[in-house]
Amino acid sequence: MIDRRKFLKVLGAGIGGIAGSTVLTPKVKAAEETGGSGKELVSVLVDTTRCIGCRSCEVACAEAHGLPVPEISDEANALAFEKQRQTSITQWEVVNRFKTEKGEVFVKKQCMHCNQPGCVAACLVKAMQKREEGPVTWDGNCMGCRYCMISCPFDIPKFEYYSWNPRIQKCNLCYERVKEGKQPACVEACPAEALTFGTRRQMVEEGKTRIYQNPDSYYHHIYGEYEVGGSSYIYLSAVPFEQIGFRTDLGTTSYPKFTTGFLYSVPVVLLLWPAFLLGVSQITKREEEIHGKGGKK
Amino acid sequence: MNGTTVTPDIKSIKDFVAFIRKDMKPRGKTPFTLFNMISVPVMLLGIALIIYRFIKGLASITNLSQDFPWGIWIGFDVMTGVAFAGGAYVLCFMVYVLRVEKYHAIVRATVLNGFLAYVFYAGALVLDLGRPWNIINPIIGNKFGLSSVLFLVAWHFLLYMIAEFVEISPAFAEWLGFKRVRTILNSLTLGAVIFGITLSTLHQSGLGALFLMAKAKIHPLWYSEFIPVLFFVSSIFAGLSMVIFEGTISHRVFGDQLDEEHLRSYDNIVIGLGRICAGAMFVYFFLKVLIFIHGKHWLILNTPMGYWYLTEVIGLVLIPCFMFLQAVRNRNLMLIRWAAVLTMLGIIINRLNISVIAFKWYAPVHYYPAFGEIITTLTVVFAEIWVFRWIVNRMPILREAPEWAREEKPEEETGRIIRMAK
Repeated sequence: MIDRRKFLKVLGAGIGGIAGSTVLTPKVKAAEETGGSGKELVSVLVDTTRCIGCRSCEVACAEAHGLPVPEISDEANALAFEKQRQTSITQWEVVNRFKTEKGEVFVKKQCMHCNQPGCVAACLVKAMQKREEGPVTWDGNCMGCRYCMISCPFDIPKFEYYSWNPRIQKCNLCYERVKEGKQPACVEACPAEALTFGTRRQMVEEGKTRIYQNPDSYYHHIYGEYEVGGSSYIYLSAVPFEQIGFRTDLGTTSYPKFTTGFLYSVPVVLLLWPAFLLGVSQITKREEEIHGKGGKK
Repeated sequence: MNGTTVTPDIKSIKDFVAFIRKDMKPRGKTPFTLFNMISVPVMLLGIALIIYRFIKGLASITNLSQDFPWGIWIGFDVMTGVAFAGGAYVLCFMVYVLRVEKYHAIVRATVLNGFLAYVFYAGALVLDLGRPWNIINPIIGNKFGLSSVLFLVAWHFLLYMIAEFVEISPAFAEWLGFKRVRTILNSLTLGAVIFGITLSTLHQSGLGALFLMAKAKIHPLWYSEFIPVLFFVSSIFAGLSMVIFEGTISHRVFGDQLDEEHLRSYDNIVIGLGRICAGAMFVYFFLKVLIFIHGKHWLILNTPMGYWYLTEVIGLVLIPCFMFLQAVRNRNLMLIRWAAVLTMLGIIINRLNISVIAFKWYAPVHYYPAFGEIITTLTVVFAEIWVFRWIVNRMPILREAPEWAREEKPEEETGRIIRMAK
């Protein structure tokens, strides 16, 4: 038996979806702490007040993933910090320098590993996956449509445009290490304890504790706790986040939610539309028979 | 060439091969027409560029970048091409579901055009894919990204191409003289039409839904959760404007294939299409206004992007809408054709706005199409026209079906068409 209430709910959601609206879809549970099978999500807490801009994390990342290892002498760093850098097909993470009201701040940039990633919802071949431990990873099923790049609010996936067999390059939160219970390479390499690794629950707590204990040295917000539905990378800052290169206009709705209304409407349209069309066709056919086709009328 | 086709008598595979070989030969009087002189060099260059692209990667002939992953291959070829192909499902709805006989005369040409548009423009997607050999992943195997709008669009493209092929296939059977096959294919038409309309509704809107997750990247004047509805409604008048435009050209080029009844009823068809366009465009404009008012974007209207938005919505939707209305009232065919051209321009601008122009409008370095992207796009368009011309010259698309394939006695049919024309 079909539960009538449930049926009406689905129908309602579908009709809402036809109108393209997301009103009827459930409100997102902003901060999720567990992955698919109830496993605790891992997380990295980035405390930008502690980062000294040594770029050791960049080196560790490159070494761990077989990417070209950057030079980190004082001169090389000075040069690197001159302009804002983006992650690239050979750099899964970069550290940028920002001049703020409270002096120079260094900010590490990489994939945020959203709790409900837009890129994963976008992928039609499941090449982009949210692992139950938390990392968002890419694999060779990819057909190179680059819809993940369109859908990522942080513009993280990078595509090898110069290759005949291009890959998407992005931080994988050291999935191969995390799976074995180890820390990500960048966290291990950080000499200033700016990066802390643990479960997401712990890291959010740790972040809040630091803010409570030193209310004057922190801006009272953890970036990534609720942004786009929460992410595995979360940030602490001394200054408002727009000053250190974060988009603060992204909202707290997880990105896949923007398409659920439409997707819910699909089965409803698939069922109701043909029935309606057939009905209309039957009526017009009768009309035609009554009024006669061809010469007689 | 006259109005009927010579039906071949194919009894064996040998006959079939012989017939195909005979019919492969060009039909035109001279190969040196203006269209051929332009299209052949462009297509040759395009093919060379495509080969180069598959060896050297996408960046070798495109301006695509990490900031702009989708260019005109998506924004024009796929987004706009599919919208223009919308005429097929609208006409099928009117002819096979509503049974408005008036439009029967143009349904085959429209469906053929729609079918080829999907094959070529959706096919152009393959050029854009970084790893096109994995295109089978969402079709076979266990790699179903069910939560992806693109998964839905991909499947619908595939199924819709099949549905449209079924819809057009009686023409193929008539060309080959396969009488029994034609009867079977003909009986499938209504099913294919209903399936096709359903699929069209979903993937026309689905193309818009692709951009729902680009919320932070599309200019607020263009981003709305109603993009799917807007895409669907606009595909109605985009498709019909294309039918009007394509019909105007076809009548010039293939005029000798048309019989008198068709020519007489044709003006009424165009006026009818113009009326539907005006209606759909008014609904679309109304939706646009509602979305604008609810978005509370009055202030951004007074910026360069705001003026661009007004150009699109007023200049290329509202004005052609009034042109259609006026033209229908005065039975002014010339005005209808101009309105159709403006409408098509509006659709091109709208689809490009959402996918390219208003996409990351804030970026310091904005994407513009590279020479190679334009040439390959033209190659795809020309290739479609070539195949369309080849088929129209051989099969009963514009001309009447062969004697044996007509359901009714000729005199009855003629009588009906004349009555419809009145």
